Amino acid sequence: MIRQCAIYGKGGIGKSTTTQNLVAGLAAEGKKIMIIGCDPKADSTRLILHAKAQNTIMEMAAAAGTVEDLELDEVLKVGYGGIRCVESGGPEPGVGCAGRGVITAINFLEEEGAYEEDLDFVFYDVLGDVVCGGFAMPIREGKAQEIYIVVSGEMMAMYAANNIAKGICKYASSGKVRLAGLICNSRKTDKEAELIEALAERMGTQMIHFVPRDNVVQRAEIRRMTVIEYDPTAKQADEYRTLARKIVDNKKFVIPKPLTMDELEDLLMEFGIMDEEDESIIGKTAEAEAALCAA
Amino acid sequence: MTMNRQETEQLIQEVLEVYPEATGKQRAKHLMANDPTIEKSSKCIVANKKALPGVMTARGCAYAGAKGVVWGPVKDVANISHGPVGCGQFSRAGRRNYITGHSGVNVFADMNFTSDFQEKDVVFGGDKKLAKLIAEIDTLFPLVKGITVQSECPIGLIGDDIEAVAKKSAKDIGKTVVPVRCEGFRGVSQSLGHHVANDSLRDWVLHNRDDDDSFESTPYDVAITGDYNIGGDAWSSRVLMEEIGLRVIAQWSGDGSMPEMQTTRHAKLNLLHCYRSMNYISRHLEEKYGIPYLEYNFFGPTQIATSLRKIASFFDETIQENAERAIARHQPTMEAIIAKYRPRLEGKRVMLFVGGLRPRHIIGAYEDLGMEIIGAGYEFAHNDDYDRTFKELQDGALIYDDATSFELEAFVERLKPDLIGSGIKEKYVFHKMGIPFRQMHSWDYSGPYHGYDGFAIFARDMDMTINNPCWKNMQAPWKQPMNAEAARAAA
Repeated sequence: MIRQCAIYGKGGIGKSTTTQNLVAGLAAEGKKIMIIGCDPKADSTRLILHAKAQNTIMEMAAAAGTVEDLELDEVLKVGYGGIRCVESGGPEPGVGCAGRGVITAINFLEEEGAYEEDLDFVFYDVLGDVVCGGFAMPIREGKAQEIYIVVSGEMMAMYAANNIAKGICKYASSGKVRLAGLICNSRKTDKEAELIEALAERMGTQMIHFVPRDNVVQRAEIRRMTVIEYDPTAKQADEYRTLARKIVDNKKFVIPKPLTMDELEDLLMEFGIMDEEDESIIGKTAEAEAALCAA
Repeated sequence: MTMNRQETEQLIQEVLEVYPEATGKQRAKHLMANDPTIEKSSKCIVANKKALPGVMTARGCAYAGAKGVVWGPVKDVANISHGPVGCGQFSRAGRRNYITGHSGVNVFADMNFTSDFQEKDVVFGGDKKLAKLIAEIDTLFPLVKGITVQSECPIGLIGDDIEAVAKKSAKDIGKTVVPVRCEGFRGVSQSLGHHVANDSLRDWVLHNRDDDDSFESTPYDVAITGDYNIGGDAWSSRVLMEEIGLRVIAQWSGDGSMPEMQTTRHAKLNLLHCYRSMNYISRHLEEKYGIPYLEYNFFGPTQIATSLRKIASFFDETIQENAERAIARHQPTMEAIIAKYRPRLEGKRVMLFVGGLRPRHIIGAYEDLGMEIIGAGYEFAHNDDYDRTFKELQDGALIYDDATSFELEAFVERLKPDLIGSGIKEKYVFHKMGIPFRQMHSWDYSGPYHGYDGFAIFARDMDMTINNPCWKNMQAPWKQPMNAEAARAAA
């Protein structure tokens, strides 16, 4: 039984880095894994493959003429720890339909038998914003059933996490997709772990792990490597191995209870991230305020 | 006899009963009994609204309206069906808009061009492919006068910038290139496609030769708009305009051409037949170039005479005399046709369900033959079409907007008309019910029906349909009552 997991989260939060490091941790434990990058930027596998960007399914399909002319071994590469890597790929910003690229790529992988029986895990690393149906493809019926949301103590990251939870609800009600936990990728904000713990609790899920910030991650990335491979003795490597172990043992799969906007703002205020809203200043121009002060 | 208003209302109520409550409530707004005294339809009928899920509607999409109706007949342009191949393939050569000329030389509308979208084009965008396609068309068919880009659904979904491609390509090939945003998901029927196509003519075509004054105009120049030359309709109309001394300088768009469209601004009067599909451009021609438009009707001698006089009244006495002469000249032929067919058709009851013009426009032709319209409806009319319909129909006649397949059948079962005029989707259903039927979109492979020439064919067609002996043989032999001889033999 393959466990299929999808990683979502706000753009720039560190989804790809976290995914590749934790997958490397799983591989080090002997698990057989495939990573499917679902982002036109195609940077979901570079740390595993030591490559700048691998040939993507959509690029290769365009070159071949149609996706039907494509063979699996042209797009599936094997990297560190036997991890199988594919990238859906997609257009340059501002043209075409990246969402359709994700759909086409996943259909292709299914038809070509990429989901082999010996796999323990499939990880989908998905573009930050679930802007359309294409980017929800990985959580449709029969695809990923465990969703991990990468988040930090920053306000917008938490907004995004909550929005993603709303998206999961839509698919959870009709299928087996569940929220499996929040991964806190620390930005060293105040009371970050407590805040994400509290957010997770209100959403009905867990903070599965708190990944501290450590420069070794960047040092490894410059070398296009995961920390696990670059320096297995580093403390940060332990963190990723711990995260990997927690995911292996994870049993807490829930239909999330997303917060309302008010609830989320209350939580942020409780932790001092947001100030109490001052209703009296809404819609007032600088000029009007100056006039008011003068009076 | 037509039912009175109360009986018609009663019938509508009974037919609506099978619907779930919400659907029935919605559909009730689209059905009514005619009251010829009503001027404004907006209070008594709802039109141009989205068809309800679960019912069968006869409507098409915006692409059908733009590519199929308005742009398709323009003979010297290449229309690109931009998107996956199906929309182009299945809309090809399905409309009987006749064209003169030579394919590949001055006619390109008989060919099918498509960008044949694949997955990769959706994902990476199709703009580059489109630019290449336009360049290739220009290379292969150097005599093409213009190229249109008819957007299929995916183009709108992925946000391709076909306007930018059109602008650049037009410069590259030195010809008019027209982006038409007629994605099928836009609007509630093909009607929006007519509007979009009209707007594309306004924005990308009409003014392209505004600085060219080489065209020598006369005081008698007119344009024919809203005639798609179905079975030759525009030709049988054009000869009448010419007979009364007018010069037709443009036909929109049946057997029309790009240069004609661009010289239309020299016309003194714009003669508009299909109001629904070309009122938009007609208003623009009036606003921008000061060309008034006149709605006319060339179905049946009564309407033709009225229209010819109305048209002539815009010109001098010579034209008016010519009009009278023309009417008089055709009078004996028309009388002979009526004398021949009226006795065979007198009192026959007709139900019509067509697009956006004919259900009201063709009534006169039936009445000239002594026939009676007991029900009429449109697939995609707007309220201004119904404003024009009430006074053409008898009091109490049944009116149905965007009739569902069920409603049409139920009405026909109750009203038992002698003839139904509608489209291919309806035809065989009613044939199987044993009711004479004519396709009134395509003239059932016949035509033209416009003008005096058209009326002769119209009258013959209605007669051979209604009085066809086949209708007497609708019952299977084994279901017929035994005749005396067979009964004896059986005993």
